[in-house]
Amino acid sequence: MNNSAVYLDHAATTDLNPAALSAMTEQFSQTGNPSSLHGAGRRANRVVDEARTAIAKVAGAHPTELIFTSGGTESDNLALKGLFWNRTAKNPLARSILVAGIEHHAVLDTVSWLEAHEDATALWMPVDADGVLDLQAAKELIEEHHERIALGTIMWANNEVGAIQPVVAFTALAAKYGIPVHSDAVQAFDSVPTNFATSGLATMAVSAHKIGGPVGIGALFVRRDVVLMPIQHGGGHERKLRSGTLNAVAAAGFAAAATAVHETLVAESARLSELREYAVQNITRLVPDAVLNGPRDEDNAGLRLPGNLHFTFPECEGDSLLFLLDMVGIASSTGSACTAGVPQPSHVLVAMGRDARSARSVQRFTLGHRTTHEDVDILLEALPDAYQRAKKAGMAADESSIHTAGTGFTR
Amino acid sequence: MKVLAAMSGGVDSAVAAARAVEAGHDVVGVHLALSRMPGTLRTGSRGCCTLEDSNDAWRACDKLGIPYYVWDFSDRFAEDVVQDFVDEYEAGRTPNPCMRCNEKIKFAALLEKALALGFDAVCTGHYAKVLRDTEGNPELHRAADWAKDQSYVLGVLTHEQLDHCMFPLAETPSKAEVRAEAAARGLTVANKPDSYDICFIPDGDTRGWLAERIDMKPGEIVDQDGNQLGEHGGAQAFTVGQRKGLRLGRPAADGKPRFVLEIRPKDNKVIVGPEALLSVDELRGIRISWAGVPIPEIITGEEFDCMVQVRAHGDPVDAKAHMERSEGSDVLVVQLPEGMRGVAPGQTMVVYQGTRVLGQATIDKARSTSWDSSKVS
Repeated sequence: MNNSAVYLDHAATTDLNPAALSAMTEQFSQTGNPSSLHGAGRRANRVVDEARTAIAKVAGAHPTELIFTSGGTESDNLALKGLFWNRTAKNPLARSILVAGIEHHAVLDTVSWLEAHEDATALWMPVDADGVLDLQAAKELIEEHHERIALGTIMWANNEVGAIQPVVAFTALAAKYGIPVHSDAVQAFDSVPTNFATSGLATMAVSAHKIGGPVGIGALFVRRDVVLMPIQHGGGHERKLRSGTLNAVAAAGFAAAATAVHETLVAESARLSELREYAVQNITRLVPDAVLNGPRDEDNAGLRLPGNLHFTFPECEGDSLLFLLDMVGIASSTGSACTAGVPQPSHVLVAMGRDARSARSVQRFTLGHRTTHEDVDILLEALPDAYQRAKKAGMAADESSIHTAGTGFTR
Repeated sequence: MKVLAAMSGGVDSAVAAARAVEAGHDVVGVHLALSRMPGTLRTGSRGCCTLEDSNDAWRACDKLGIPYYVWDFSDRFAEDVVQDFVDEYEAGRTPNPCMRCNEKIKFAALLEKALALGFDAVCTGHYAKVLRDTEGNPELHRAADWAKDQSYVLGVLTHEQLDHCMFPLAETPSKAEVRAEAAARGLTVANKPDSYDICFIPDGDTRGWLAERIDMKPGEIVDQDGNQLGEHGGAQAFTVGQRKGLRLGRPAADGKPRFVLEIRPKDNKVIVGPEALLSVDELRGIRISWAGVPIPEIITGEEFDCMVQVRAHGDPVDAKAHMERSEGSDVLVVQLPEGMRGVAPGQTMVVYQGTRVLGQATIDKARSTSWDSSKVS
């Protein structure tokens, strides 16, 4: 199956918004480096500037706070390393990073790298069974260790189980001790309200292609008073924080998508959460063993991403279920995959206290702007049989029941 | 049929999958992630399950227009193949990990998952044939190209497993033809080097790899009469038939080279002797399996003529075999009128009649009429 008739993986990427396509088509035929001083350059610069203003507006930020990057991963790297190096330059003893186990690998692996190469220490903040930051525990960690904390990081919404995090409450705790906080808002941006100005965040990472913009562009919002150490050097673009020729075409597409999506955010959020609730009720009815992960949020009270569905299907490999659904044209996700495409137990579920075995038995369905009631019905029709079959296929770590020669050393 | 093509990323499995597609089957490509370190790059012809292999398999599937997935069997592989390999060496035996992988992973763990998910067969790029008798029972046979024949490493498959095997390269006259076919089909793996060695020992240094996993202690090297000749760093690092690396210092009385005749991990002893004593006349095999319906003599216990092969690329040797039934455990006793050299306990002997694989057994004891090792204390 080359194309999925029912695409339920909008959190991985979603189709290009028509407004973005037309904005980019227009820009593709134009010449000009936004840094050049002639007419063509000024024209390109205006495109970037307008895009910057439009995206900043959507994010509740000042245009000067927006640093264009290649995407969410680069934004997370720039924020975490930049904040860490800037803080340790002032206070070499402040080397701890407040972080939760539910973060995306772009954050987790950056923190591990800082631990391995820059003598950083991760201070692990626990999450509850729904994958929501435990604020009380975070508070205690901050009070105990604030003197040696360089920064904190908390994602706005989790990419696997959709749990929206108490970002504002967390930044308030950190602000008491002047600790800067970064947030990976890649999944939340333009899906739920994410106001940078009132968030209390030092930095916030977003990506274009999750909201219908092109792949390859994202942004890091950096509060005007926050100083970062750049990780990429060169022509001094973007407040000297991110050198490299600005991509006017992609910026125009990003801005068009952000604006278009923002205009319908409230209505779309209500529509998706209603569809999600319909799916949750029916999946748990049709597959009684299935367990919803993350906050239920029946009334769309801002606890969960509106389009996110994430279930544990006990005793079946996530990749078996993915395969069976893919075969009937339904695109879903096991949540996380390494570069070789090998499914790993979900680190998010492990952080939520589940064992590694059940953390392999998960499936994520993410609804997007073109998801219809009918799409959900097609999923509901396919799911019970797929679940039974996947369960029969068993867990890869278990011994098979095929009759074999039984050679080998008996231990 | 719904066919799952196991795609290693090499040329054989790619062409096998292509032929299955062309035969009209509904084919899906699956790459097995077996290593605990996926995402590494290949070095030369070594290694397996690397990012490159996975991408090569992916591209081949794209070219064939079939879906592609990576399935993770690294836990089972670690237990059934890698740990088994270590345990066997630790016990002084010489295992064949590729056979174990066919037995436990490709045609067990993978096959079971495939059947449950709605497939009818698993297709691989092995050079071997599955034929059917008049009643439809499967028989395993050598491939048309004896130089590439891989029936030995499949000899461990049972009736149930053979029922769901598909080997589209069975009739291929040569590997060169497979490469030419791959090139003609536009498969990028047409000129990819063959894999050798053991996939989970990427640098090919089996002894070094084992030394990191087995607690080895220095011990004695003795001759066939029990006289101490030297010391070794750990008996498990030796293989029967080995000549190099004994470091005995002084030559044998007859000036001829000495070979490892036996390894005794319990006493941490290595017994060496002249080449002539390497030859064995009788093999006793345990953990026996039959590749399909056993021939009548196996049931009656009568002696039958056959040929025996003890390694993947070894020559088959004429033999007479019979089943010896004792309480609880059957033994396949094989007489070798011409003798056979360098047989190590733990090796698998595959028993043939003509091109047909009858079955296999793990060699428990190899006896020589010219030398009784039990006299060495």
